[in-house]
Order: sequence, then structure tokens, then C-alpha cells
Amino acid sequence: MSIFIDHNTRLLIQGITGREGSFHARQCAAYGTKVVAGVTPGKGGTMFDAIPVFNTVAEAVNTTRANCCLIFVPPRFAGDAIMEAAESGIPLIIAITEGIPLHDMLKIKNSLTFTASRLIGPNCPGVISPGAAKAGIMPGAIHLPGGPIGVVSRSGTLTYEVVHQLTKAGIGQTTCLGIGGDPVVGTDFIDCLTAFEKDPATRGIVMVGEIGGSAEEEACEFITSKVTKPVVGFIAGLTAPKGRRMGHAGAIVNGSSGTATAKIAAMERSGVQVCRDLGRFGDFCTQIFTSEGA
Amino acid sequence: MKIHEYQAKELFRQYGIPCPNGGIATTLDEARRVVDAMPGYPVMVKAQIHAGGRGKGGGVKLATSPADLEERVAEILGMTLITAQTGPAGKVVHTVLLEQGLDLAQELYLSLAVDRRTAQILIIASATGGMEIETTATADPGTLVRIEVNPLSGLADHHLRRTAFGLGLTGEEAKHFTILLRHLYHFFVDCDCLLVEINPLVITTDGQVLALDAKVEIDSSALFRHPDLASLYDPTEEDPFEAEARVHNVNYIKLNGTIGNMVNGAGLAMATMDLIKNAGAEPANFLDVGGGATADMVEHGFRLILADPEVRGILINIFGGILRCDVLAAGIVEAATKTGITLPVVIRMEGTNVEEGRKILAASGLNLITAADLSDAAQKIALVASGDSL
Repeated sequence: MSIFIDHNTRLLIQGITGREGSFHARQCAAYGTKVVAGVTPGKGGTMFDAIPVFNTVAEAVNTTRANCCLIFVPPRFAGDAIMEAAESGIPLIIAITEGIPLHDMLKIKNSLTFTASRLIGPNCPGVISPGAAKAGIMPGAIHLPGGPIGVVSRSGTLTYEVVHQLTKAGIGQTTCLGIGGDPVVGTDFIDCLTAFEKDPATRGIVMVGEIGGSAEEEACEFITSKVTKPVVGFIAGLTAPKGRRMGHAGAIVNGSSGTATAKIAAMERSGVQVCRDLGRFGDFCTQIFTSEGA
Repeated sequence: MKIHEYQAKELFRQYGIPCPNGGIATTLDEARRVVDAMPGYPVMVKAQIHAGGRGKGGGVKLATSPADLEERVAEILGMTLITAQTGPAGKVVHTVLLEQGLDLAQELYLSLAVDRRTAQILIIASATGGMEIETTATADPGTLVRIEVNPLSGLADHHLRRTAFGLGLTGEEAKHFTILLRHLYHFFVDCDCLLVEINPLVITTDGQVLALDAKVEIDSSALFRHPDLASLYDPTEEDPFEAEARVHNVNYIKLNGTIGNMVNGAGLAMATMDLIKNAGAEPANFLDVGGGATADMVEHGFRLILADPEVRGILINIFGGILRCDVLAAGIVEAATKTGITLPVVIRMEGTNVEEGRKILAASGLNLITAADLSDAAQKIALVASGDSL
């Protein structure tokens, strides 16, 4: 079991003929994901490897019953690609693209409330349910199928680091996903925690946050009242200076809000076990999840 | 992208938002000419740098006569202004804004921003302007007016009424205020702003409502559709190395420590900085070379790090995954040879062909130290920082 994607996922790739899109379409397929369609306007009717390419998402969905799409479209067109997918009835949309203007995302996030689609990202590494399906840019080989841990993070490579250490410690994963480093994202920590709490195969959760905004604090309030499974937390950015955007558009400390210290304190108040030494993350998880029976 | 107060006010005027009369000067002569065109004294002299807290740092002064003006302008032009936001090095003032002094009846606070969680546009206003909004929020949260506007349906009259009444405004003042707020909202949306803050927004004794200050941050990701706004970028406000990094598509921020570091991915880069601190040293920078990492990027990364004379050692942390470590290692050796690095470099890399990669580093004859994992990297960088041999 897993959340969001599994053996039944039928993946469509928007921007499949681009450099990133084509590379990762092959990587997802090589992992065993059913990559059923690609969309590149103007290239409909051609084939990419054994994958049919369509001009529109609606056409691709009608023909292939795709139920998840992965977006590699450049930032100025990515908002349009997200809405095309939503209006074509795709239930899960994962946007990898970095640099979508904030005001575009404001309109998209509000428009999505009128559709049945869930958006993950943008500016995220995607989702993987190890052993079942990979809809993202993460290296598949570092994951260990079989659960019992779910991983949710705002970051990309930091998530890989955390997963790699879990795998080395012999701790498998149900699903690992990055929600994205932008200020406005489609799916937040609370949505993922809700899904992990409901998933019977997930018996413990790893939550990786970073400076900026208050998504971690809000998630911690939710954990206090609604999450019964053990949660291990990590926050990046204790040494980040105030007022500077640390790579991710959303990673900025404004005044006294959004600091790593405040997020760690919120985690500790809500009973999350916070790992302070990333170098020993795997050992820390072994200790916590073993003692909490995960 | 932040812009200067005077640039923000020029945009404000285009959108019908009243600002005090004035102009900018980069020399004393220019300052005299600007003030000669104004109706008289007093005149405000305001340093134009991007950081806030200018008044406390001595960058905003009142001139009451021509002689006074000369003194104030001479004090501010060319000064190194240090505020809470500039860092200890401060920023050199190249331009001043000269504005007509006004008789103030009331100072308010008004800003537009984005609520990340709900994806709504936020109007935040307060009847106590002039101080930091966070101070007001802590000291007197009851005086804050917070109105959410759905970006799809846009600004409606009731948002304007609720804000004006919330501030206790009535009559002509309320009318002028709501007109200003309507224009400000359109400016915020049209120009892809991340933040617009007017602190203070003032009501004069003769009933005018004006933006006495203007802080505007524009979304850099949206500049492709605003070539006019892109031209407002001021390279002198940015650290020259940070500006150069941007040209090479890497994210670099200079910090005050001695351990340089180069990492792929922003989250892992922040976590690596924290790891250096945990190991008892201080990071010299934040440097994110992106999700992938090429030999070219590594070379530019080395050059940026080496330009900082405080750096005593370097930690490279690349979690490649799909990236081939033998290719990366060859790139590191080439870049280290080209840049003539003599400092100790601790390298932690993960990805395919990692063993071949380590062999290439070991055979290079350079001062390249391989770390087995992150924990090992932390220990080795701690030794480098303390000056011990490895």
C-alpha cells in the first residue's frame, strides 16, 4: 500500500519531447511505471520510444486512460499545462517545473478548488511508491520497497539524502514525496499527513521541512490533534541568514517568522521526534521507529 | 527582485497612488536643482538603498534651509549605511531622494502580500504606522486589519470599506484611502509583486492621503513579461559574487564563516551548512549548484568560494542519484587543477559509479579528501576547521 500513486498509476508526461521530459520519461518507465502517454503540442501522432504522443491532454486521456500526469513544461507555460490537465479530468497532477510566477500559482490554486484534481508541486521532485511506481525525478535505486515509513519533504536532494539513510538502515518506504519549495504549492504537509495516517501500510512518518512560511507549524498543530503514528522531523536552515532567499523561492526568513528554531520548537511541542544531526538520520529513525513499534 | 523607494514611487504615480513631490540626486549640485524646483523647505533627504531601517541608521534626515540641505546631503551621499537589514558591512549610498516635507495628521500602515497556505491576497493595515508591523502585531494585535482577497474574483468594494472602517477612517479621508488602496491592488497584481508595503501611509493636516515610503518586491520569475520592470534592477545593490553566480545559474550567498561549501539542491545545501555548524565550524557561504551538477558548474563554484579570503577548507556534498560520480569526480579534478586549489577539499558524493569516482579523486594527487557519508564528511570538515591534519 502507498499514497497517491501505485501499481494502477497510468502516467502521462507533459513536455515528453523536451530534454528533461524525455530523460525522466525513460527513467520512470525503467523503474516499472506504466508510462502510457506523452503530450507535446504539434507532435501529436508521433511516438516517443513505445509511448504515443498527443497534441492535447484530453486526447491522451481519452485514448490511454492516463490518471496521473507529470509536468516538465517551461515555467511560463506550466500554469497553462496544469489547468489543461485539471480540466481534462486527471486526478493527480505533479508539476516538476521551477520558476512559475507566484501570481499564476495564486490563480491556479484557487481554480483547482473547482476541479477534482490534486496538484503536487510545483518545484518538486515528484512522488515515488517504491516497487510500484515512480512519477518524479528522484533516483529510484535509493528507495527500499515494502514500507513501513512514509516520507514527505519540501525539498529534492535533501529528501534523497534522508531516504538513502533510511534504506541503508534497512527501513523501507511506502511512499516518498516532495511537496515543492515554492511559496504556494498544490498539496501541503497536512494533506500528506492525512493520507499517510489513513494508509494502513504506513506505520511511521518522516517529515522534512525548511525555513520560510509557516507550513511546518500548521502541520504540527494537525499532528497534535490528528496523527496517531510516530513522526520523525528534520528542519534545514538553522544557519540561514534573515531576509535572504535560500535557493527555493519559498525559503526565506522574514523578521522573526519562518525560522528553523521556531519550526523545531513547534515540532517538539507536537510530539515529533526531531533529528538534529542529519549525518545520523538513519540511526535516529531506527531508534525512534523501533521504540514506537512502527 | 527588490527595487528602490524612488523607483517604486514612480510606479505608484503611474498607477494613481499619490506620493510627495520630489526627485533624486547623485551629487550635491543635482540635489540643489531638485530642491530649487520645489516650493520650499522643509525637505526630506532619504538614502536610496534596498535595506529597511534607513531612518535608524542615519539615512533619512530633515533639511530646513539651503545650508542645512548641503550638510544633510553631504552626510548621506557616499556614506556606508548600516541598518538591521544590511549586515555589518553596510551599503554605500549612491543616490538620495529629496521630498517635500509635509504636515502630518496621522500615520498608517498598509501592505499587500500573499497568504501562502490559502493562496489569497492579503491586505494588512494598521492605524499605527511608522513602526515595524511585527512590533504592532505583537504589542497591539487588536489594531491590525487583515482582509483576504480571492485572486480569482479580485478586489471588491466591501474589501475597501472593511479596511477603511477597520482603520477608523471616515468621510473624505476614507474616500481618498479607498481610492489609493484600489490603485495599489491593481499595481500589486499587474506588476507581479511579492510584497508592497507603505509604512507610513500618511494623512496630512489638509486631508491628503499619500505614500510617504514605498517598499516593493517584484517576482523575479515573472520578469519575462515585464521588460520595463526588469530594467529597474540595480546591480550595485547585489554582492558582485552573488550577481556573477546568477549569470552561471548557481545560487550563491556569502556568509561569514571559514568553511566553503558546494551542494546540489537548496534544501540539502541549507542542511549542509547546518552540518558544518554542528561540527563546530561556520559556513562561509550557501552555494546551490542545482539538482544536477556539471564540471563547468563545479569550476564556477570553486572560483566563487576561492574569491572569499576567509575560506580555510571546502566541503562538496553532491547527492547525484542519477548523476554518474565518475564523471563528477573527473570534473572536480579538472576544476581543482584549473583553479589551482591548495586548500583541503572534503568531497562527499553519492550516485552511480561512486567507487570509480573515489578512485579518480584519490589518483589525482590533489588535496581532495573523500568522505564515505555525511557523518564522515562532518568529522573531516571539523578537523579541517580546527587546523588539524587528516
